[in-house]
Amino acid sequence: MTRRRAPGTPRSERVVKWVVSLPPALFLVVFFLVPSLIMVLASFRLPGEFGGLMPLRAADGSLDLSLDTYRFLFGDWIYGEILLKSLLVAGLTTALCLLLAYPLALLIALSPRRHRDFMVLLVVLPFAANFLIRIYAWILLLGPANVLYSPFAVIIGMVYVHLPFMILPLYTNLEKHDATLLEAAQDLGAPRWTRFWRVTWPLSLSGVWSGTALVFIPVLGMFAIPELLGGTGDILIGNLIKEQFLDNRDWPLGSSLSLMLTVMVLLLAGSAVLAGRRRRTLAKGAK
Amino acid sequence: MALLEFRNVSKRFGKLLAVDNVSFSVDSGEFFTFLGPSGCGKTTLLRMLAGFDAPDAGDILLDDRSLAGVPPEKRPLHTVFQNYALFPHLTVEGNISFPLEMAGRPKAEIRTRVAETLALVHLEEKGHAFPHELSGGQKQRVALARGLVNRPRLLLLDEPLGALDAKLREEMQIELIALQRNVGVTFIFVTHAQQEALALSHRIAVMNRGRIMQLDEPDKIYGFPLNRFVADFIGKINLLDVDVLAVDADVLTLSAQGLGTLTTPRVDGANVGDHGCLALRPEQLRLAADHEAGDLGIHFPGKVHDLLYEGDVTIYRVALENGATLEAMIANSAPGRPRFFEVGDSVVLGWRPDAGRYLHD
Repeated sequence: MTRRRAPGTPRSERVVKWVVSLPPALFLVVFFLVPSLIMVLASFRLPGEFGGLMPLRAADGSLDLSLDTYRFLFGDWIYGEILLKSLLVAGLTTALCLLLAYPLALLIALSPRRHRDFMVLLVVLPFAANFLIRIYAWILLLGPANVLYSPFAVIIGMVYVHLPFMILPLYTNLEKHDATLLEAAQDLGAPRWTRFWRVTWPLSLSGVWSGTALVFIPVLGMFAIPELLGGTGDILIGNLIKEQFLDNRDWPLGSSLSLMLTVMVLLLAGSAVLAGRRRRTLAKGAK
Repeated sequence: MALLEFRNVSKRFGKLLAVDNVSFSVDSGEFFTFLGPSGCGKTTLLRMLAGFDAPDAGDILLDDRSLAGVPPEKRPLHTVFQNYALFPHLTVEGNISFPLEMAGRPKAEIRTRVAETLALVHLEEKGHAFPHELSGGQKQRVALARGLVNRPRLLLLDEPLGALDAKLREEMQIELIALQRNVGVTFIFVTHAQQEALALSHRIAVMNRGRIMQLDEPDKIYGFPLNRFVADFIGKINLLDVDVLAVDADVLTLSAQGLGTLTTPRVDGANVGDHGCLALRPEQLRLAADHEAGDLGIHFPGKVHDLLYEGDVTIYRVALENGATLEAMIANSAPGRPRFFEVGDSVVLGWRPDAGRYLHD
């Protein structure tokens, strides 16, 4: 419902909107957009002999840009394979997180109000300890079980670290659900599971999507967990990028790889948004 | 045979006895209303009927079979919730087809039934709209359609008109009556609005503190209240303290302190020496200037204490000589004259001898 505004206010409202959104916009331009553009440029430049980049202008003053890096990148199937494996690990981690987080979030949302804050506190409590220390703790736990340095260990670490990012958006969504909708569904003949799948689940989808984004995207770029818990064959795209910058000193390759990663994430997010919109229009247009 | 029967049903929440040994039955096709102030137990009765609460004692029978242990989803009745409880992620059609899908009806039947029901509530155009795109009255209609589409044995309505504004509420009342007559489904209606109950119902159960105070047709409830609570809760009423002086075949002779004696139609259970009150509806009182009291029947002199001009009628509060103040509602029926009396006027207040009703304390 739109509230009628007194005449004259829209202009001052617009000014306020600008003033309020300027700092974050500026921040994003300086610390996201500009670095990204620098990276795009870097991916077309040549690697320096001791790391870094060759000068942008060659000795004769011409721009020293080339497609060599991309030729190399697309010429070797190994990079595609690692990217696919990273997508697989991210997908699996997200699915496991969802599977574990949903019942827990539902449990918290259905608990008496006075217990909820405490339970949420328990969910975020692991953040009180340093990330690396928690991963090292898993080394101690998984070592004796003889599963350390395996894909399995990597998945465990990924799920463990990212679980709260799935629980919190789900809980925030489920907590707002109107209990009378479930009563209405029951009254209209829906047994327990039908009530869940026909009412709770579709109404929680926005929470599922936020949680999925919050888990999938960081996992896709994660390099510390595979490095500490995974074996030699378990490197992911994040490790690859890190290696280019720190070990191989091939900045252009690192830049192009992380560009691939960004494009991949944007494509996935975009298609998810489109799919959601399409489903809604289909539901509306269905006869 | 009664469609629905409550047998000595009680329900306790902690220390509160929400429903106290209630028995009644409802016939098929009836529009039956529970009327009472909030907290009187009417919603608890409805929830026990829908299956969301279980009675502590007693039994609820539908078609002569006990509903004990039958979960809400298996009961052949549907509820229209107070805030409608429409599924926000489903279209109007999706909402209305929900109970049919739950009942496992074939797709083709669902389509025709949904279309029929949409027509019944005049929402043919809105089938593809989502609930948030509808007005309050339209949401109300969708909720009714969803409750009726699977032809339940009973439709329970929990204060369904409470969220509508006054004008819309009146329209929906008329539609609700027509709808119920059309579909022939038995309606169990819960409300705290007495006008709504009087306008809609075939029979009303007036409730207070978990008990049924009176169960009867609307005109009986209004015209012949059984006790002080019913008289006071339904409509406006004047209560005059009286003692019973004599009991004859058809009349009671009463004495009102400071006013003298008067007569009223006899009611069962009144004995000489009883203390009680005489209940008089404001619209049954009449006023006259003090020199023309001739045809007023029972009458007493008084003074207009204050008045409330409401356009079609004026409510006069008249102070009698014994200190009692009675309200008289007089239609402003004389053209060109806003009202008949002013504050401070000496008047005669009267009523026909058959107008009042003695209520035992």
